[in-house]
Amino acid sequence: MKTKITVAITGLNNTDNPGPGVPVIRGIRDSGDFDVRIVGLAYENLEPGIFMPGVADKTYQVPYPSEGTNVLVQRILEIHKKDPIDVLIPNFDAELYAFMRSEKVLEEAGIKTFLPTLEQFEERHKSNLPEFGEKYDLLVPFSKPITRIDEIDKLKENFEYPLMVKGKFYDAYLAYNEEQVRMNYNKISAKWGLPVIIQEFIKGTEVNVVALGDGQGNTIGAVPMRKQYITDKGKAWSGITLDDPKLLDLTRKIIEATKWRGGMELELVKSSKNELFIIEINPRIPAWVYLAVGAGQNLPEALVKLALGEKVLPFTSYQVGKMFIRYSYDLITDLKEFEKLSTLGEL
Amino acid sequence: MQIRKNIAISETGFVFNPTTGDSYSINQVGREILGYLAANKSPEEITSLMTTDYDIDPASFEKYYFDFISMLRQFELLDEAHED
Repeated sequence: MKTKITVAITGLNNTDNPGPGVPVIRGIRDSGDFDVRIVGLAYENLEPGIFMPGVADKTYQVPYPSEGTNVLVQRILEIHKKDPIDVLIPNFDAELYAFMRSEKVLEEAGIKTFLPTLEQFEERHKSNLPEFGEKYDLLVPFSKPITRIDEIDKLKENFEYPLMVKGKFYDAYLAYNEEQVRMNYNKISAKWGLPVIIQEFIKGTEVNVVALGDGQGNTIGAVPMRKQYITDKGKAWSGITLDDPKLLDLTRKIIEATKWRGGMELELVKSSKNELFIIEINPRIPAWVYLAVGAGQNLPEALVKLALGEKVLPFTSYQVGKMFIRYSYDLITDLKEFEKLSTLGEL
Repeated sequence: MQIRKNIAISETGFVFNPTTGDSYSINQVGREILGYLAANKSPEEITSLMTTDYDIDPASFEKYYFDFISMLRQFELLDEAHED
């Protein structure tokens, strides 16, 4: 008999820069243990997941975290009053801080989450990556957060070109000279604020791992993937699961050392000397997580179980050579649907 | 010289390296050579087998053979630890 639960999920923006909401929902819906009702939480009224059939049973608009943690959490609690939520899965880096800070308030209201701690979230931050690498004995590229445009002139003292210019939450650009750094600094700081992170460019093959930690140091699941087709935004449009014990060992090492709680994505570069450099640690499930589900590790389902306090045994295998290929699709809907969401804040 | 143990080679000549995620297509001759490498044959044995089956002299074959081996090495398909 399946357990009836309601799961609220953000990240329904299944665009060319997709949020993880839709694949997380697909994973949970594939569960043999849950009879799930999905409450979608949307920041924008044109997020495709709102209108896609079979994705969210009900969607509510929520305010951006930039409007204040309290405003966002109050809206969640208001939704919870009329449409009780068992588990909440936030899927954006930018909103995690608000939900981590409000974990107790949500828990007291009966909404369960399974998120990293504030300390875990902060120490793996792009701007703190060098210290993170040193603390846990991991290879990371040299990086430096900058907050003023005049710092760009001095970068040549510490960096060789090309170098990476990164936003604190999203966006990364390769820059070959100071002019390109300036251009990207302005673009990124306008969108994501400061600091902007300057990172050493490591030449090699980019590989990624989606993983889930139980908060006790155990890796519940981990699936490595190589992007096969990358969009101009650097997003995977196609990918394939890999058989690389080194990647899995590194993932387990990080989860064990940090006692990571929740989903994570490791972004790594394998250098020509086969060294694994950690480029980023994203504190949430990535948008390509359905590949892991397809390869035999339903990490979104496991995350829900962990949030509910159930014991989850670690996955022991996955299928190597499983591929995903994204596609675009024109969804037809009526103005009335759009109108409902825009005027009532729910659909 | 050996092909990495986890390399998958299909009957149609599709080669998949699960460590890197790369895949390649090879022709019939390449497939035969990979088969011999997988069976742990030495370069001399492979030369002998191939020059028996095909109309090519050993010196010409070896030139193409070592080119092919360099390519396999570049694509990380060889188990360097077991190279002789």
